[in-house]
Amino acid sequence: MSKNSGATAGVTGVTLAKDLRLEWRSKDAINSMLFFALLVVVVFSFSFDPNAEQSRQIAGGLVWVAVLFAAVVALNQTWARELRNQVLDAYRVSPAPANSLFLAKALGNFIFVAVLEMLMTPLFIMFYKLRPLGPAWQLIPLAVLGTWAIVVNGTFFAAMSLRARSREIMLPLLLFPVTIPALLALVNATTAILTGELSARFWIVLLTTYDVVFTIACLLLFELVLHAE
Amino acid sequence: MKRAFPIFALLTAILLSYALYEALVAAPTEQTMGNVQRIFYYHVPSAWTAFLLFTINFVASVWYLIRRSPHADAVAVVTAEVGVVFCTVVLLTGPLWARPVWGIWWTWDVRLTSTLVLWLIYISYLMLRRFSTSGQTPVLAAAMAILGALDVPLVYFSIWIFRTQHPQPVIGGGGSIDPRMWHVLLINWAAFLCFAGLICWSRYRLEILQREVEEAQALETLEPRSSR
Repeated sequence: MSKNSGATAGVTGVTLAKDLRLEWRSKDAINSMLFFALLVVVVFSFSFDPNAEQSRQIAGGLVWVAVLFAAVVALNQTWARELRNQVLDAYRVSPAPANSLFLAKALGNFIFVAVLEMLMTPLFIMFYKLRPLGPAWQLIPLAVLGTWAIVVNGTFFAAMSLRARSREIMLPLLLFPVTIPALLALVNATTAILTGELSARFWIVLLTTYDVVFTIACLLLFELVLHAE
Repeated sequence: MKRAFPIFALLTAILLSYALYEALVAAPTEQTMGNVQRIFYYHVPSAWTAFLLFTINFVASVWYLIRRSPHADAVAVVTAEVGVVFCTVVLLTGPLWARPVWGIWWTWDVRLTSTLVLWLIYISYLMLRRFSTSGQTPVLAAAMAILGALDVPLVYFSIWIFRTQHPQPVIGGGGSIDPRMWHVLLINWAAFLCFAGLICWSRYRLEILQREVEEAQALETLEPRSSR
């Protein structure tokens, strides 16, 4: 068992390092995500032109919708990049556990989206004149849980839509309906923290439940999806 | 089996007509809402039927992953499709009822929103089946069905916290309901279940035939008749 889990961690680490190196050299995912999110922020800012009080009310929704849309850009490249040179087929025939591959991809996406969030947050604060009235530190665990919720399902559905016609559009069609509870929790918790009127605790509990349920389900089902040629 | 189908169809037609009569004529008129309330006999049975079909879809999907039985997969396709149809009926009759009674077409309350999200999830399930070019679409679809079903309680709870103000539903809301109305409701549900069963049955036969045709065509491509 320990040997097995050691192998899992090893494959995860190697794959993750490979993905990060690829991304570091090409910067495809992060550049396109960043530019896309920037566009969303600017367009929303023009369309609403909010004052500081209104900003607190709507920023939670704006920031997470921007992140979700931008994440789709990175998620679409997750597996598509492995199709070139039949890398994915090599994974299929290799004895490496499927879940370690899934974890590596999900962690990689988590890192990309987290970097995006870190770069976007100052912009958001600047454009929307944000100053949270609630406990701002709670935004950090919230962002971690929310990002994981988006990427764990996103990585899974990206693998699923790999063999579909018009793959790029298939991913959001599958991902968005299932992500609704997570998005609702994220947006409401963020608004609660920014306005400081309500407690975000309940939403964080819900988000944690969502993460646990879907992480387990994705890990249980991923091997089937990987081998579904 | 072939003879059973027209008999069942006839029985369903009779039951549906009887249920229609009961709902439109025999059932007592509701005190405050008037005749508009009669949409209740279509709205609620459709909702229950849709939820039942989605439950069968989940069970069939799990069964498919365990046993890899093509029949279970056919059942999953059929129940998802017919379930979406009934769910659409719910979403269409809901606003028709809400507008005269509540004065609004739509409200983001827990039942309405959950039903809408459920509908979205199963539409995306059907989209996956339609767009997937994988030879193992059933496996992908079953995985999607399981994730979708896991999402349902989370959707319900998240929206429940989000919007707790709900015009108390007629059933299970503590409101008293005329026993005569219960009777009509149950007759209508029975009729709708038979109707759903009938559509599922014929759709299931179609699905199986379609697969047989596809298999035959694939065989034909592998060994053309001329070479035999």
